[in-house]
Amino acid sequence: MNWILLLEQTLNGFQFGILLFLLAAGLTLIFGIMDLINLAHGSLYMMGAYFAATFTQWTDSFLLGALLALPACMLFGVILERIALRTLYTRSHLDQVLATFGLILFFNEFVRLIWGPIGLDIPLPGLLSGSVELFFGIRYPAFRLVIIAVGILVAFLLYLLVSKTRIGMLIRAGASNRQMVSALGININLLYTIVFGLGAALAGLAGLMAAPIMTVEIGMGEEILIVTFVVIVIGGVGSIKGAFVAALIVGFIDTVGRSFLPDILGLFFSNDVADTAAPAISSMLIYILMALILAIKPQGLFPPKGA
Amino acid sequence: MKLGILGTLSLAAMLISQVALAETVKIGFVTTLTGGAGAIGNDMRDAVELALDHLGRKMGGSDVKMFYEDDTFKPAVGKQKTEKLVKKDKVHFVTGYIWSHVLLASRNSVVGKGPFMITSNAGPGPVAGKLCHEDFFSTSWQNDQTTMAMGEVLNQLGIKNLYIMAPNYAAGKSMVKGVSRTFKGKIIGKDMTKFPAQLDFSAELAKIRAAKPDAVFVFYPGKHGMQFFKQYSQAGLKGEIPLYSAFTVDSLSLPRLKDLAYGSLMTQFWAPDLDNAVNKRFVADYRKKTGRYPTFYAAQSYDTIMLINSAVTAVGGDLSNKDGMRNAMRKANFPSIRGPFKYGNNHFPIQNFYLRKVVKDADGNFTTSIVKTVYTNHQDPYAKDCKMSW
Repeated sequence: MNWILLLEQTLNGFQFGILLFLLAAGLTLIFGIMDLINLAHGSLYMMGAYFAATFTQWTDSFLLGALLALPACMLFGVILERIALRTLYTRSHLDQVLATFGLILFFNEFVRLIWGPIGLDIPLPGLLSGSVELFFGIRYPAFRLVIIAVGILVAFLLYLLVSKTRIGMLIRAGASNRQMVSALGININLLYTIVFGLGAALAGLAGLMAAPIMTVEIGMGEEILIVTFVVIVIGGVGSIKGAFVAALIVGFIDTVGRSFLPDILGLFFSNDVADTAAPAISSMLIYILMALILAIKPQGLFPPKGA
Repeated sequence: MKLGILGTLSLAAMLISQVALAETVKIGFVTTLTGGAGAIGNDMRDAVELALDHLGRKMGGSDVKMFYEDDTFKPAVGKQKTEKLVKKDKVHFVTGYIWSHVLLASRNSVVGKGPFMITSNAGPGPVAGKLCHEDFFSTSWQNDQTTMAMGEVLNQLGIKNLYIMAPNYAAGKSMVKGVSRTFKGKIIGKDMTKFPAQLDFSAELAKIRAAKPDAVFVFYPGKHGMQFFKQYSQAGLKGEIPLYSAFTVDSLSLPRLKDLAYGSLMTQFWAPDLDNAVNKRFVADYRKKTGRYPTFYAAQSYDTIMLINSAVTAVGGDLSNKDGMRNAMRKANFPSIRGPFKYGNNHFPIQNFYLRKVVKDADGNFTTSIVKTVYTNHQDPYAKDCKMSW
């Protein structure tokens, strides 16, 4: 086995995991605290990317574009919560799924009307668009390192917010027992708005971080949303810590599986069989993992206390 | 009763002939109009409309009605839309089809059910070989051909070790098979990625770097191609390991890829600067209409309409004369953007394949230009499996 390749793939898995965490953190909060299944979370991811692309065009700076896109996303999330989602809290999960699925279609069409059917691109500043040399002669794309750094920073800030501040205490309390929090006289509507705005900003951050690697396209959030749901189920719904650990596990398994499974299968089967089976099996790996974890710990790895 | 037999017959004949004269040519066009790949379908539709403009929106004196359907990039939806075109709209021609897996899922809903089926892009092996059919035509190519030409090019360049990447679906497999048919060096690595879900190629790019091939060959249509080129450059591989492609860089991605693809080499049956009168008019009018260079998808769609026109004109608008229309189409007697060509026994074009390169035009727009001819009058390798002869 090639150790340098393994190390590089570990970094890749870590980077994918961090991206998943940014999405999953918001989704798990919204699901855990507000009891709302928000399929349109992927649309917020898409909006983050489109906002960042537009602001980058206006300001000629990716950094400024990103900094402007974050509050825009949060504002967008707050407006969405006020107008569309507030009426759904008392409804059944099926109603929520239907309504937020409708929102996906609405946002895809909305983006087409405003930005057109052809996607956008976010050009990176020269320093970030190439690769840098790390230890042992590993060359790694500079921007992916930035994603890892930003992700770790956000995870740390979220940890501080959730475990050291008053609002964090309310969020934890909300995840454990929603009725009790509102019975204690906390303005639950305000808490919901804050949580949703925070979730939207996190999703937007994930979108704008992913945008320079991928491209900004209509429907870009839909594929990654499914994996994000896997992450929050594995991690335990409502738990940020769970989301972090599960996102890293899923990112790692997906990347390493894609990378080494064809070779491993090639040891046991003919090349043709390995070539056909490897992509199929590697794309199933995370779902197999989810099934295993659900069988052992039905609440996920780190369920919030009292949930 | 009082009219008598002769009168009734003549009245009936008049009615029938009027129906025959007035019958509108109905053409279904299944493509992807929404989502990330929607831009491709949009390009094809623009080309179809341009072709109809060039024909004065009439074929053989009859009006033409287009039915555009969106397959949303999914085989199940494509099949459903195809059935709707055949059963409800009762179209005479079902055309379009970007994706091989969508075409394969939809084929049985058309062939043998009445209408002609004409693929404007997808060319999976089976429909050119064992599943060839008298009512099935192509105005594109068979998937293997373009990458077979690429294999030849790589041999000529003296490439010994090659790394291949393609998406894991019908066309991806054909493309890989095609290059393996002709490439004489060693394929030291191959990755088939999940399609269309996988857009991040970090793991595969790390493997390429570790494998140190002489060259990399990829097939990534649509948005996947753009992402691959971006990530290849971000990983620092551009300039280190030469990258060759097929159907990956097109007129939709070039304005966005710009320098990332500049100088990039690919094989193709056509290019915007292919030197013939039909193509010059097509490219010029298309640019005037849309402001963009046409893609190969657009060029093939233009040919689809022209092929149908040749059939409808040959039978004088009598759409019940299917044999007449089939015989007309077999002659490929229409102004094609690729220049004159002949159909093989399997109704796939026998045509030239070129090496083309990304260049800048006089106004600084990125486009592709033909470097040389790789194959002259090339027939696909599946034609021999097709039992049809005429």
